[in-house]
Amino acid sequence: MEKKAAIELKNITKTFGKVVANKNVSLTAYRGEILSILGENGSGKTTLMNMISGIYFPDEGQIFVDGKEAVVTSPKDAYNYKIGMIHQHFKLVDVFTAAENIVLGINDGKYNLKQSTKKIREICDKFGFDLDPEKKIYTMSVSEKQTVEIVKVLYRGADILILDEPTAVLTPQEIKKLFDVLRRMREDGKSIIIITHKLNEVMELSDRVAVLRKGEYVGSVTTAQTNENELTEMMVGKKISLNINRSEPKNPTDRLIVKGLECVNRSGVKVLSDVSFTARGGEILGIAGIAGSGQRELLEAIAGLQKVNSGEITYLNPKTNSIENLRDKTPKQIRDLGVRLSFVPEDRLGMGLVANMDITDNMMLRSYRKGKSMFLHRKAPKTLAEKIVDELGVVTPSVSTPVRQLSGGNIQKVLVGREIAASPKVLMVAYPVRGLDINSSYTIFNLLNEQKEKGVAVVFVGEDLDALIELCDRIMVIGSGRITGIVDGRTATKEELGILMTKSRYESEGDKNE
Amino acid sequence: MISYICRAILIGVPMLYGATGEIITEKSGHLNLGIPGIMYVGAISGVTGAFLYENACGNVLENMNPFLSVLIPFLCSVIGSALMGLIYSFFTVTLRANQNVTGLALTTFGIGLGNFFGASLIKLVDSDLPSVALTKTSNFFCTKLPFADDLGWFGELFLSFDFLTYLSIIIAIIASVILSKTRVGLNLRAVGENPATADAAGINVTKYKYLATCIGSAIAGLGGLQYVMAYANGSWSNDAFGDRGWMAIALVIFALWKPHMAILGAFLFGALCNANVYAQGLGVETQELFKMLPYVVTIIVLVFTSMRKKREHQPPAHLGLSYFREER
Repeated sequence: MEKKAAIELKNITKTFGKVVANKNVSLTAYRGEILSILGENGSGKTTLMNMISGIYFPDEGQIFVDGKEAVVTSPKDAYNYKIGMIHQHFKLVDVFTAAENIVLGINDGKYNLKQSTKKIREICDKFGFDLDPEKKIYTMSVSEKQTVEIVKVLYRGADILILDEPTAVLTPQEIKKLFDVLRRMREDGKSIIIITHKLNEVMELSDRVAVLRKGEYVGSVTTAQTNENELTEMMVGKKISLNINRSEPKNPTDRLIVKGLECVNRSGVKVLSDVSFTARGGEILGIAGIAGSGQRELLEAIAGLQKVNSGEITYLNPKTNSIENLRDKTPKQIRDLGVRLSFVPEDRLGMGLVANMDITDNMMLRSYRKGKSMFLHRKAPKTLAEKIVDELGVVTPSVSTPVRQLSGGNIQKVLVGREIAASPKVLMVAYPVRGLDINSSYTIFNLLNEQKEKGVAVVFVGEDLDALIELCDRIMVIGSGRITGIVDGRTATKEELGILMTKSRYESEGDKNE
Repeated sequence: MISYICRAILIGVPMLYGATGEIITEKSGHLNLGIPGIMYVGAISGVTGAFLYENACGNVLENMNPFLSVLIPFLCSVIGSALMGLIYSFFTVTLRANQNVTGLALTTFGIGLGNFFGASLIKLVDSDLPSVALTKTSNFFCTKLPFADDLGWFGELFLSFDFLTYLSIIIAIIASVILSKTRVGLNLRAVGENPATADAAGINVTKYKYLATCIGSAIAGLGGLQYVMAYANGSWSNDAFGDRGWMAIALVIFALWKPHMAILGAFLFGALCNANVYAQGLGVETQELFKMLPYVVTIIVLVFTSMRKKREHQPPAHLGLSYFREER
């Protein structure tokens, strides 16, 4: 089969400050093929594609389109090279119709919405899209919005299409439909690049796979000549030793029992199904999984912040030895029982801390209810703030500095420190080391270990598999809202976790652990 | 009855100018609370222009060119209020200052500026009354069609107004067509709804915001000019303009951000504002209650539109927010 290169990257390097997002990446996409870019979270897939579509500009290296060097400095340039990218977060105007969104920003002579609508219909018929150009965006489902984005790119004449995790938000039926459309585009000679971390989709759809790991290009293989195990190994790489102190759990006792938990999110998509596990006191339970597989919903369900459709959440109170059902308790009651959640979202603030308030005031967010008079008592929270700053080594001019001015690591210490200060019985932390350097990470890991030794049931949701394997006593893997396995942290390997993580919703139907 | 309607239309026109200008500005995502000040500046700029021209002609009617005596105040008014719009957009677009604070400051500033120049002009004419009379210029502005008087009530109702009144309706209709039927309108609406998307689509967000604010302000300023030249028969006195600027902003909400709806709304507001004069036998206190009517109507409209929750009737999604490209 003769292949013509559509786009070629040579030695692309991109850094953000000190962080190297892509290092010497060279890869080629051909006409009439579907290329998957595979990699873990933070492996630089999206950054790489953003450079092709003109959102970022590479620090080093060249991009060739059809054999000619291309300089892409804006999304508009990318369109001139017939490159179109469909982002994970759609860029659409809600009150406009699909057609209005599609023609937005194009200057092709006369403005004639009727004619444009006709052209849109032709594109839809050609590739089999199901789209009403006169429908308003805000009445559309996620899948329809995605269709608008794809048609928008095609309308501008793109023949190199980049899709950033297109299946993350779709139902299985919608995924099937999308794949059919993509195959039809491939037959039309278009070059399609999809960014994904779902192995089954890679195997099902793509002709070739290029793998990125920690910003570097590992290699590319023809899909027909590889298997999931080989790809997983390429994706996760060799194990790195972190040397985190891990003590043997001392007489672990059951603390939190979750049975058959099921949740749907606001748009009605099922995010958790049949989740069952036990968290024990004196033990760290790790939760591994690809971002957005239901980790957040799981923790929020336990904390009482997420509506639960069915299932049980039982808490064995060590103080009174009573059995509490958390499902019919308010978030405040759950907190008072000693179940504490500290979640570090992607932007680090936003959940749990108020950026413009100082450390003392942020402490008060948890304690203001204790006050009896109409005035605030600042003394206790201030002492607590000083204690946290002192013990955790938070670098700040004073406790009255707005947390917004602190560095990421220090903000996270304040957040985790506050929950620990309430001497919890169950401590749930999500991504506490997100974006931290290695030393700050150790501070947090040590904090968690201390809590474990005090007999607290620690639930740790993490991104870094190396850290999970070294820190946790047991690791539970969640994939597409299901538990795909629970393994011993002392014997687990990265490959094993990687395979469990990428297990799809189709496969996991059959082999549920526990 | 007919004179009541005519009066209502005359009162409504400044509000229509203000509302049309404010709608164009708000469609770009900027809530310009400086409109009252801008209209005030529009009025005083026009008055100053007319005053200077009348003086240059030696205050003799025969020396005055009808065309120039309309054009000069018109241009002065447009330029004066567009400059105010430029100040507002420099602060809110380029410096990303808070829109509400900037707008309110501009209103205070505009009224102060207007009163300063107004008082200076009054001192120059050295009259007994605290006002400047520009009757000659006003007459040129209010020149009726020659056959209007022959057509009875029809002529009075439809053909008896000054040209600025007709212009306000024409501008509102043109604005409506541009917003809903042209590419420029589509781009402008996109900027106000979702500037990040507009930016990604290759639309120059800053340019659209500046132009929409300045053009909107220029249109609003004409409302001030119409008030002095047509409603007040060319006589300026400080603070006579009243709260018409705020009414214009209320009218924007009443019209659901649609200029063609603002035409009807303006005349309705005009009628309501005037109701206390025409309703006979009211005491001072009931008159004040009557003056509340336009605001009550606006509140009722607000309640209904927010109850219906139709997205098309909501303000532009990014209204009042600054846009940083880097903040994705």
